[in-house]
Amino acid sequence: MTRAEAHAAILAKFPDAIVRDGREGKEAGDPYLVVKAERLHDVVKWMKEDPGMRFEVLQCLSGVDYGKDLASVYHLDSWTNKVTVCLRVELPREKPEVASITDLYGAADWHEREAYDLLGITYTGHPKLVRILCAEDWVGYPLRKDYVFPKEYHGIKNDL
Amino acid sequence: MPPTAPPVNPANQNQDLLTKDTILLTTVEDFVNWCRRSSVWPLTFGLACCAIEMMAVGATKFDIDRFGSGPFRGTPRQADLMIVAGTVTHKMAPRVKRLYDQMAEPKYVIAMGACTIGGGPYWKYGYHVVKGVDLVIPVDVHVVGCPPRPEALLEGVFKIQDLMKREKLLDRLRTYHKRETYKGAGNAAMPAPGTPGR
Repeated sequence: MTRAEAHAAILAKFPDAIVRDGREGKEAGDPYLVVKAERLHDVVKWMKEDPGMRFEVLQCLSGVDYGKDLASVYHLDSWTNKVTVCLRVELPREKPEVASITDLYGAADWHEREAYDLLGITYTGHPKLVRILCAEDWVGYPLRKDYVFPKEYHGIKNDL
Repeated sequence: MPPTAPPVNPANQNQDLLTKDTILLTTVEDFVNWCRRSSVWPLTFGLACCAIEMMAVGATKFDIDRFGSGPFRGTPRQADLMIVAGTVTHKMAPRVKRLYDQMAEPKYVIAMGACTIGGGPYWKYGYHVVKGVDLVIPVDVHVVGCPPRPEALLEGVFKIQDLMKREKLLDRLRTYHKRETYKGAGNAAMPAPGTPGR
């Protein structure tokens, strides 16, 4: 299966869930599909469980700040069909919320915690959504473009 | 004929008594300092890549054992020297402080590498990096480099030994007081931007 065939299969199955096909644009990098946040879990579940698709592996789950919107990006692998598909969920900065896929892929657990820690994306249904890298009482989400550095932390000056 | 003792000059009798391998004269201070600097035990404690160089110092090629600093202790209670080897993050800083507090007096600190001295490459955009471990605990010797070569760390240990050699017993009380009231030295020990070794 090629990546274009995989995209076509997903588009055929979920015509209402896909916002746009990233291959149509002129962006560099991986082709991707932009999925509606509320349908993401359905799409991933189908991709994993459908006997024709068999995307067994969650290669990577990343949070991205595109400036205007945040995004959660999923790279899914099918070892059976030897194909990788990239899904992207665009989330409004004010309320970035998307369903967790930890029930499908155990690997998503820490990745989602990291995206929550550094970008503040809320994954609903995650078993324990707490900060993973920063200290628990850290203020703000450091990898957001509009993040303001703390002047001090626990009495240690940070702006020398 | 049994061997006879060499004749003793009556004028030097007392002096010979002192130099006959049995008595050495020194001061308590010198003796204590000599003992102390001959076995500086560091704390096993690495935070980032500088720790790799610290391990090299402990291994055979550079062999810190030659200078009495071989036993890296696994507990702060038994350690004399804290080598802060690597980037100190805000999350790690309270742990570093606690380990320092748990060490018994007299205790010494080497800040090893650019990150530990002043934030290093994380000086400007490292929101999570403490801009120098001076802000957390008092530092005796700074070893520059990114990371410093093992020889440089050895030199740092020698500097600590020099400090110990010069120490006055009564100064210890004053030093202790200074440490107890330590509020952080800012970046006073930091070389100005643009200087080599920063």
